[in-house]
Amino acid sequence: MADSKANSGLLLDIRNLRIEATVFPPGEPPKNIVLVHDVSLTLQKGKVLGLIGESGAGKSTIGLSSMGYGRGGVRITGGEVILNGRDILKGGKDGFRKLRGREVCYVAQSAAAAFNPAHKLMDQVVEATLLHGTATRAEAEKRAVALFKKLSLPNPETIGERFPHQVSGGQLQRVMTAMALCSEPDLIVFDEPTTALDVTTQIDVLAAIKDAIRDTHVAALYITHDLAVVAQVSDEIMVLRHGRLVEWGGTRQIIKEPRQEYTNALVSVHEIEHAEQKPGTTPFLSVKNVTAAYGRSHIKVLKNVSVDIYPGQTLAVVGESGSGKSTLARAITGLLPPEEGTVTFDGRPLANRLADRPKEDLRQLQMIYQMADVAMNPRQTVGTIIGRPLEFYFGIRGRERDKRVAELLDKIEMGKGFSDRYPAELSGGQKQRVCIARSLAAKPKLIICDEVTSALDPLVAHGILKLLLELQKEENVAYLFITHDLATVKSIADSIAVMYRGEVVRYGPKSKVLSPPFDDYTDLLLSSVPEMEIGWLEKAIKGRRMASAGN
Amino acid sequence: MSSPILKLIAQRIALGIVLLLAVSVLIFAGTQILPGDVAQAILGQSATPESLANLREQLGLNDPAYIRYFRWLGGVLTGDLGTAMSSGQDIATSIKDRLWNTLFLAFWAAIVAVPLAIILGLIAVRYRNGWVDKLISGLALASTSFPEFFIGYVLVYFFAVKWQIFPGISTVYDGMPFGERMQAIALPATALTLVVLAHMMRMTRAAILNVMQSAYVETAELKGLSAFNVIRRHAFPNAIAPIINVVMLNLAYLIVGVVVVEVIFVYPGMGQYLVDHVTKRDVPVVQAVGLIFAAVYISLNIIADIGAIVANPRLRHPK
Repeated sequence: MADSKANSGLLLDIRNLRIEATVFPPGEPPKNIVLVHDVSLTLQKGKVLGLIGESGAGKSTIGLSSMGYGRGGVRITGGEVILNGRDILKGGKDGFRKLRGREVCYVAQSAAAAFNPAHKLMDQVVEATLLHGTATRAEAEKRAVALFKKLSLPNPETIGERFPHQVSGGQLQRVMTAMALCSEPDLIVFDEPTTALDVTTQIDVLAAIKDAIRDTHVAALYITHDLAVVAQVSDEIMVLRHGRLVEWGGTRQIIKEPRQEYTNALVSVHEIEHAEQKPGTTPFLSVKNVTAAYGRSHIKVLKNVSVDIYPGQTLAVVGESGSGKSTLARAITGLLPPEEGTVTFDGRPLANRLADRPKEDLRQLQMIYQMADVAMNPRQTVGTIIGRPLEFYFGIRGRERDKRVAELLDKIEMGKGFSDRYPAELSGGQKQRVCIARSLAAKPKLIICDEVTSALDPLVAHGILKLLLELQKEENVAYLFITHDLATVKSIADSIAVMYRGEVVRYGPKSKVLSPPFDDYTDLLLSSVPEMEIGWLEKAIKGRRMASAGN
Repeated sequence: MSSPILKLIAQRIALGIVLLLAVSVLIFAGTQILPGDVAQAILGQSATPESLANLREQLGLNDPAYIRYFRWLGGVLTGDLGTAMSSGQDIATSIKDRLWNTLFLAFWAAIVAVPLAIILGLIAVRYRNGWVDKLISGLALASTSFPEFFIGYVLVYFFAVKWQIFPGISTVYDGMPFGERMQAIALPATALTLVVLAHMMRMTRAAILNVMQSAYVETAELKGLSAFNVIRRHAFPNAIAPIINVVMLNLAYLIVGVVVVEVIFVYPGMGQYLVDHVTKRDVPVVQAVGLIFAAVYISLNIIADIGAIVANPRLRHPK
């Protein structure tokens, strides 16, 4: 459709969009909340508009409104959505069905979940095209194969014969982009298309998406919380917060000269100054030549891994998914007994199996997880959750326990009033703080932090990192900090271990690990972290020495 | 088809055989615990110690239990189920016709009930939480909540007594024309359908609703598919494993659980045969019927397991 007219002119014009939903808070009558407050935007044909903001900002809700779609009971209650010159909100259900998959297509955050596991990829890719009758099956398949090639997928001729589980996450994300492009729509809504990917895979997918948009002249709404990513693909950026417009401007203006304070905070979010501590003389925990595998598998998930952790310091473990970071944590805690090698603590070896370790050893090693909400019992109050280690390890009960819980809540910068709340009543950042307090309650020597900030918005993650650093100073606790995010590593680590396919490929003090000369993998990892710089993507792709594993 | 899936299927079948053997031991042991033995039962009042001992010798009842078990099992494996004490007839021959009758009834009940339950489930999902959904769920629940004998008698009252459309007694015999046979089983088949319908319908609804939360259902909606096509093409194929499971359980019930319905309609099937011989304490018959019921149950469950394995694309198409 876009081809018939010139590549200029208005495609999408959203005016005073208002979106509401009904929420059912526990113990209260249901009430209406406004998710999007009178937001307006326009998009020219063939242009890319980035929608950016924290979770709850209404980015996805606005994006989906261009298809007349509301997730889970969300209602469009006001305004106009004018697409190709007509208000689609007046078209009713049939109108929506005709434009979905034909004029507007959608690329979801997790392609792994968004593909139907029961059907072959090709059947799903051409489904919308066939449904709307814009091409015959043979034509559609030809088009799909051409798109697979354009998105540099391996074996473009045959990949369509595969099922979703037979293809890697990064590839699936590109197949999904091909699926959106296959019916030759005028507009594609990209909803965090690279957020779930490893940093080294993200860069490939991002480049593929960018090329595809350029070559097909499709317009796009690009939704993400990562400004550095959106800066690579968008012509314009719109910053949203709590369902309201904060700032809207050209990409260069937003990242270089933000006019609003909130935009400024987003732009400068990652910088925490953390001076590296020199390693002490004796580590209190040493992992020596540990090799581990799941089940009776011959594939070793950890191969001969050795690291040391010093009192009151942070060892960051970095690597992409599948590199064995979390498995290392499981080996140290005894959840996965190593096949070979030992873990020594305070000069004595720890029992391999969790069940063989005395309570005192358990107390010394605590864990915090990525998903704070599933790491807590939803039917217990914050007070019970934090108080449990106090009862279990120290036998502190009653008023004494309540006093300690209040102190801990104070330490995580949450008031005493939170003690009676349930996890469901807390925000994502508050939940993670409660998990931190629970681990601190045991007075451990080491806290293992497994991707603790990955599920959080940048500003909230920033607050959590600062809190962790402060607590480290006060309590002299050491962290084993597992992450795939190198920006976080720079802000918190004293020493770094880079892992790749089960091996430690680079290990040492932060300053040494992060300064050249680099090995190929560390170089790839470092050069894949998006920078808030227009043109960074092209430069990074050009300068790479090895291909990423997820490709 | 590749080796891991064949291996899984072979495992299930082997497991089923082991299970069936274990059940046969239980059935045999159970009937041994009962006071009295076959010799006593045959001779009844006229038993004298000498005649009892003679008969026991003759029947091999003095042999140790395990020898008698293997003798019985060997017979079963070669198609000899023993002789009924009450009538002196060969059990295998009398069971053959009745098993055929039971399967005939179960087959037609299933032909109606299974597609109906699945279609009703799909419709309920399509109009979920609306009045159509509530009506379907309500009626289905009501039909399950009534005991089957009650449904049976209500059907007899209206269709046989009041309107005289179908016979109230389902007599069938060898060489009966197909049409008449179908007319004879209309009422018991309807009663069975009503009993099993709700369970399958509600499981279908729940299984599909579970899948409707998935991101790929949203993807399908955003392609512009109609609500019914989203359910049929994208939700249903992923909900098939739990549906097969509940369908097979209900099929097993149609064969094994028909006792009450067969008695109500005086239908000459396995259920009635079992009830007749339980009242006469005819142990060999009870053993044989119990073993056949167990075999039906286990095989249908194996089929359900295999169905679930085959329905899983991850197992069908390994990496």
